[in-house]
Amino acid sequence: MQGYIYPNEYELQWGLLIVLYPYITGLVAGAFILASLERVFNVKEVQPTYRLALLTALAFLLVAPLPLLGHLGHPERSYEIFLTPNRQSAMAMFGFVYAWYLTVVLLLEVWFEWRKDLVLRAQAAHGVRKWFLYALTLGATDLSERSLRFDDSAGRVITVIGIPSAFLLHGYVGFIFGSVKANPWWSSVLMPVVFLFSAIVSGIALVLILYMLTSLLRSRPVDMPCVDKLASFLFYAMIIDVSLEMLDFLHRLYESEESIGILSQMISSRLFLSLIVLQLVIGTLVPLVLLGSTSPALRRGGAARGSPELRRLIYLVAAVLVEIGIFSIRWNVVVGGQLFSKSLRGLTVYKVEVLGSEGVAITFGLLALPLLILWVLVKVLPPWTEVEARST
Amino acid sequence: MRLPQQVPRLAVVFAVAILVLIGARTALIPATFGTFGHYRAAAVDSIAARAVKFAGRQECEECHDDVGSKRLAGNHRGVGCEVCHGPQAGHVAAPSDVTPPAPRDRSFCVRCHAYNASRPTGFPQIDPVTHNPLKACIACHDPHAPVPPTVPQECSACHGQIARLKALSHHVNLPCVTCHSVPQEHKVNPRAVRPTKPVNRSFCGQCHDQAATRVKEAPRIDLATHYQRYLCWQCHYPHYPEAK
Amino acid sequence: MSEPGAPGGLNRRQFVETALKACGAAAPLLVAVIRIPAGGQEAAGGVEAGYDPTGHYYGMGIDINKCIGCGRCVAACKTENDVPADAAHFNTWVERYVIENDGDVTVDSPNGGIDGFPPLESERGTLRSFFVPKLCNHCANPPCVQVCPVGATFSTRDGVVLVDEKYCIGCRYCIQACPYGARWFHPTKRVAGKCTLCYHRITRGLVPACVEVCPTGARIFGEVEQRATPLARFMRMNDVQVLKPHLNTKPKVHYANMDGEVR
Repeated sequence: MQGYIYPNEYELQWGLLIVLYPYITGLVAGAFILASLERVFNVKEVQPTYRLALLTALAFLLVAPLPLLGHLGHPERSYEIFLTPNRQSAMAMFGFVYAWYLTVVLLLEVWFEWRKDLVLRAQAAHGVRKWFLYALTLGATDLSERSLRFDDSAGRVITVIGIPSAFLLHGYVGFIFGSVKANPWWSSVLMPVVFLFSAIVSGIALVLILYMLTSLLRSRPVDMPCVDKLASFLFYAMIIDVSLEMLDFLHRLYESEESIGILSQMISSRLFLSLIVLQLVIGTLVPLVLLGSTSPALRRGGAARGSPELRRLIYLVAAVLVEIGIFSIRWNVVVGGQLFSKSLRGLTVYKVEVLGSEGVAITFGLLALPLLILWVLVKVLPPWTEVEARST
Repeated sequence: MRLPQQVPRLAVVFAVAILVLIGARTALIPATFGTFGHYRAAAVDSIAARAVKFAGRQECEECHDDVGSKRLAGNHRGVGCEVCHGPQAGHVAAPSDVTPPAPRDRSFCVRCHAYNASRPTGFPQIDPVTHNPLKACIACHDPHAPVPPTVPQECSACHGQIARLKALSHHVNLPCVTCHSVPQEHKVNPRAVRPTKPVNRSFCGQCHDQAATRVKEAPRIDLATHYQRYLCWQCHYPHYPEAK
Repeated sequence: MSEPGAPGGLNRRQFVETALKACGAAAPLLVAVIRIPAGGQEAAGGVEAGYDPTGHYYGMGIDINKCIGCGRCVAACKTENDVPADAAHFNTWVERYVIENDGDVTVDSPNGGIDGFPPLESERGTLRSFFVPKLCNHCANPPCVQVCPVGATFSTRDGVVLVDEKYCIGCRYCIQACPYGARWFHPTKRVAGKCTLCYHRITRGLVPACVEVCPTGARIFGEVEQRATPLARFMRMNDVQVLKPHLNTKPKVHYANMDGEVR
C-alpha cells in the first residue's frame, strides 16, 4: 500500500475471474464475427474456418458464465437476474443477452449449419448413437432442396442478427466498466468500443491458432490463402484497436484531469509489467511488426511475403502474442481500475492466489475447459466434411 | 405454401422454454418485491428489526437523572453516557443483571484529551507524559462534570502548539496578554467567551514603527508606507514572525 | 414445391392459425403471471407500529471543526452493526489530513481511526491539520442503486440506502460504483455491506450510533428539507459542501468547514 486509500479499498473486489470473463466473451464475439465474414460478407478464403469458428464460439460461450458464477458471493441466487433485473443496470442485461446469444444466435446457427450432416449421420448410425443424433435434429429430417435452402437462408439471417448481438454480448461488458463514473480509469466513452475491437482481434487470433493446431493434429495441410486472409484481417483489426487505445491514452494525457497523477504513478509502478511490457510491446508492437512484415498491403504487388513455412510460423507466434496481449488488456482494465484509490491519493496491491477460488489454477482450468468442450463438439458436430468419407 | 419442417419444430422448443421461464418467474419472485420500488419491501422490515446496542442518553437519564443533570451543566454536556460506559441497551433491559463498566484508567481519557496537533484549536488537551503521569484522571477531574482542579495559569495549558511556536521566535518574551486581553471566563467557558485580538496596524506599530520607542531591538519599518493596504498579520504570523 | 405427404409438412396458413390460437389461450395466463406480484401493502415496509416512512427524509451533517479524531464513532458503529472487526471493513471511518507549508498533503486513517490517531511526527512544516469523518452519503441519486443487477440495494422512501442481505448475489458492482468507498464485502455472509444510517435506531426515534457517541457534536443527524430539525440549523448556520459534487450523486451528508483538499 502506498499513499492513502479508503479503508474499504484494501481488498480488491474483482479479481482474476472477472478478468477472465470479458476475455472469454471477447473470444466468443471475435470468433463469431470472423465466421460472419464468410457467411454474410462472402469472404471465400476463410471458408475452411467457418465451422470451426462457430464451434469455438459455442465452446467458449458455454464456459463464459462459469467465472461469473465462481465469483459471485451467492451463485445459488444468480437466477434472480432473470426474475427481477434492474433495468438501470448494465450488468442485469447479462442473463438476457447471454440467453439470447446462446439460443437464438449460436445454437440456432449451429443447428441450421449441421442439420443436414446430423440427419445423414443419424440415418447411417445404429443403436444409441442413432437416437442421440436423431434427437439433435429435433425430428426435422427433411433434406429436400427447399429445406436445405431454408437452412442456408436461415443461417444467413441469423448471422446478420448475430453480428449486432455479438457486439452487444461483448459491448455491454465494456459498458459495465465504461459507465462507472466513480472510477476515472474505467469511465470512458471509448471503453465499449475498445473492448469490442480487442475482442475481434482476440477472436481472429484464436481461430487462427486453432485452425493451424487442428490441421497439425489431423495431419492435413494448412490452406495458405485462408491463413493469409486471417492474418491480414488480424493485422487490420489490430491497427484499428491500437489506434483506439492510443486515442484514449492521448486524450487522457492531453486533458490531464485530476486523476492523471495517480494513474501515471500506477502505470509506471503497479502496471508496468502488464501494460507496457505485456500489452504494448509483446502484445501489440511485436505482433504488428511480425504481421506487417508479411502483409500484402505493405508490399507492391499485393502478395503475402515470405515462404509458407515462415508465414505460418510468424502467424502462429503473432497470434499467441496477441492472445497474451489481449488478456493483459483485460487485466489492466479490471485490476488496474482497483489498484488506485478513489481518493486519488494512493495505490494498493492485488495479491493473486495460486490455489483458491479466484486463483491462477482455476483460471488455467477455465481456459482449458473450452478446449475440452471444443474437442467434444468436434466429435459430435464435425467441422470437416471428409469425416463422412471415412468409415465409422 | 408449406412451411419447412424446421420452423414448427423450433417454434415448439422455444415456446416450451419460454413457458418454463415464465412459470419459474411466478414461482420464484419474492412476494413483497416491487411494493415500494425495485426491491423486496420485507427487507426494510428485517433491517429495522435489528437489535439496538446503544440505548441512547435519554434512556440513561430516565433512571440516572441526577448524574444526567450534573453532566448537562458541565463541560461534558455533549458527551453521551455510552461514550464512556459502552453500549448499554442490555443494562436498560435488565438493570440488575448487566452492570455498565466505568473506565478508571488514564488510557481511556487520553484518547480524546492527549495533545494531537490535528485536533481543533482550543480543545482541552494535555501531554499525558508530563501531566501527572502516575495519577488517575478521575482523581482530580469528575468525569461527569470535569473542570481543571485549578484554573490553568498559562495559556499554553490549552494552546500548546501556539506556545511552542512562539517559543521559537523573538516573541517568546512577550506574554500572550501583550496582544490578547483574556476574560477570566474564557478559562471556564472557552468557546463561549473568546480573548480579543488586535484590530489595526498601529498595534504592531507600537513596537515596530520607525517612530516607536519601546523594545529597542525590534525590527523597524515605516508604518505609513510599508504595505499600507494590508494588516500586519496578513503576511507575518504573529506567533512566529520570522518563519519563512 | 409442395409435396403432399412430406414428413412434417405444415401448411403456412395452418401453422399461423395454430400459433395464434395457442397465444390467445395463453394470453390471459401470460398477462397474469408476467406482472410482478405486488405483495401485501399493509405490512411490508411498515417497520414499527406508528412509524411512517413517507413522513421522513434523512440526512446528516458533519462539522469538521469539531471532530477531534477520537474514533469513538468508528468503534460504536462496528459494535452496533456487527461490522467485521478487521481493518478492511468500515461503515464509517475518520481520515486525518496534514497539509504542509509547501502544499503537500498527507492523508491517513490507521485502522479507520478506530483507536484514535498517533501524534504527528513533526508539526514544523504543518500548515493545517484536521480530521474528516466519512460514511455512506445516502445519496439522493445513488450510483450504487443504479448498478445493482437484481434490486438488492435500494433507497427507502425515507432516504436511506440499504442492502437486502437475503437477496444480494454478491457481484460487488455496487462496491465498484460507489465514488466514496463506503461499501465493502462481508467476508462470511458474502454480500455487500454498508452504513445503514442505523435504520433500526432512527425508525425508533433514536439517533445513529455514531451520532450518539460523538463527544463533540461533530455529527448532526436530522431531516432534509424540514425546518424543525438539528440538520436544518446546521445547514443554515454553516457553509456546507458535499463530497464529489461533480459526480451528481446528490449526497445527503453535508460537511461544514471542509477543506478543498478533502476527497
